[in-house]
Amino acid sequence: MDLENQKRVKEFTEEYGAENIVVLLGAAEGEASGLAAETVTAGDPTFAGPLTGVSLGLKVYHVCEPEIKELIDEAVYEEQISMMEMVLDVDDIISEMTAIRDEFCKY
Amino acid sequence: MNSVVKGTGYILVHTPDMIMRNGTTQTTEMIVNPGSEYLKELPNHIRTYDQAVNYYPNQTYIGNMTPAELAAIEGPWYDKPMENAPRYGKFGEIMPEAEFYLLMQTCDVFDLMRLHKDFVAEHLEAFKANPIIDETIVARVNAGVEQDEIEHFVNDEHAEGIYYNDKLVGYLKRAHDVDVNLSAHVMLENIVSKASSVLATLYAVQNAGINKEDVDYIIDCCEEACGDMNQRGGGNFAKATAEIAGLVNASGSDVRGFCAGPAHAIVDAASLVKSGAFKCVIVSAGGCTAKLGMNGKDHVKKGLPILEDVLGGFAIVITENDGVSAEINLDMLGKHSVGTGSAPQAVISALVTQSLDKHGLKITDIDKYSPEMQNPDVTKPAGAGDVPLGNYKMIGALAVKRGEIDKKDLASFPAKHGMMGWAPTQGHIPSGVPYIGFAREEIMRGEIKKAMIIGKGSLFLGRMTNLFDGMSFVMQTNTAAEAQAAAGVSEDEVKVLIGKALKEFAANLIAE
Repeated sequence: MDLENQKRVKEFTEEYGAENIVVLLGAAEGEASGLAAETVTAGDPTFAGPLTGVSLGLKVYHVCEPEIKELIDEAVYEEQISMMEMVLDVDDIISEMTAIRDEFCKY
Repeated sequence: MNSVVKGTGYILVHTPDMIMRNGTTQTTEMIVNPGSEYLKELPNHIRTYDQAVNYYPNQTYIGNMTPAELAAIEGPWYDKPMENAPRYGKFGEIMPEAEFYLLMQTCDVFDLMRLHKDFVAEHLEAFKANPIIDETIVARVNAGVEQDEIEHFVNDEHAEGIYYNDKLVGYLKRAHDVDVNLSAHVMLENIVSKASSVLATLYAVQNAGINKEDVDYIIDCCEEACGDMNQRGGGNFAKATAEIAGLVNASGSDVRGFCAGPAHAIVDAASLVKSGAFKCVIVSAGGCTAKLGMNGKDHVKKGLPILEDVLGGFAIVITENDGVSAEINLDMLGKHSVGTGSAPQAVISALVTQSLDKHGLKITDIDKYSPEMQNPDVTKPAGAGDVPLGNYKMIGALAVKRGEIDKKDLASFPAKHGMMGWAPTQGHIPSGVPYIGFAREEIMRGEIKKAMIIGKGSLFLGRMTNLFDGMSFVMQTNTAAEAQAAAGVSEDEVKVLIGKALKEFAANLIAE
């Protein structure tokens, strides 16, 4: 995850409390989604950014996961996401995200 | 009449010693994890010059094989060398590091860079032997300095060391004592960009078959900025490049837009020519040291060589319509506007279907799309997937949503309307433009009629706006003959007819 984004996630967490933060991802690949999810839960696996060694354990979802999809207005989802949903390997993303949440999410 | 793509130049420079010292992934790692396993392991993953030359994607970039030929070889390509591949290609070359250091020195007009005299002596003949390097550039080579001077500037004066095979062979010093914009680090990045832009420009001029004096204007679209503390991005790479390349009649300016820069610059250039402001405009860009080894951590972790070991450069010559070359159709532009939004769906619609809808065309009416043409060998192991394929899937999915193809045909859309990526991950370098040289040829051979070049840029990286950006244009078969036919008899034809009539009249007089 981009170092600046790691910094922002860390600052928001300090400001609002980890239990009040949900990180929403839009990555195009399961692996990239998993890496970003790991960064905001277990800590930066690349040991490069502000979240290195910082286990925030935040709630983290990909925008194509059913938990998020059902919260979004159908027309908006159709207009903004449906094309990407057709393109992405959503099952792979869900399995990567679920595995990371099961292991590292604290909330 | 539309302007045409008269010729193109594409060059790579193999810079193994710059990966560790100038690539930001490595320089950042040296700050945050100085003793890391990655930094220890990286030197074992550097490719030799021959390995970089014998690499199929690099051979495609310089024009020795077509995108279709590359796609016929199953990837990954890094472990399938193309034996004895040539250094030179029809679009340009893959320059070795030592010769590039000499080129960099010739592009330094402020005596900031000096190489060791033995190094210069050792590599000067090879530099001179390159047919594209003319005597005016050779004349700019400095004979070199002693090791003491190099060590003094590197150790005591904050100069950047120039390394060859890990040995200190030169320096590039700061251009100001306190101004960070003129620090040795920035000057090195800028001179690298300028030198690789010069090389690409020289090839583009040669390949277009024009004289250097014919060039009226040059637009640089790299992602660096040159200036000082009072005007950090003052410019102007373009004119600096033109000076060394010998474009004596050219002025120029810089256009920026992250990776979308090239598409913006080409639309600007085509507009300048079509409007009649200038007859011949070059769009050029050099390479970026900061991105060397950008995905190196993943490559090393997965046992691959560091594939981001080359700088890229390109130049496109755009001229008045010559009646044969592929045209740039300015009636078919796509752009990401402020109100477009940043969802991929909105972005792709703005860039792809905006211009098609204006002309009642379907997505399938474009024969080939050239979006971000990054080499998947580089991006897939880094978890970023196959970038061109991702783009083709998005364009295909949009065609499904518009009812222009069946969902079952989505899987075959990328192969039919797309290509495998071959360009190095140098930001602006893979952004649509690598295909322009091939597109020109395929259009002129009648293999395709229309190609869409798409540039996308991540403006948010500059922290000035959260907006995304993009620009697209269409290259097409030359329509000059059609336009003339539609306009009736041309002026030239009238002259020919009058001449013929006069000759006949004179012949009749003589006969009488």
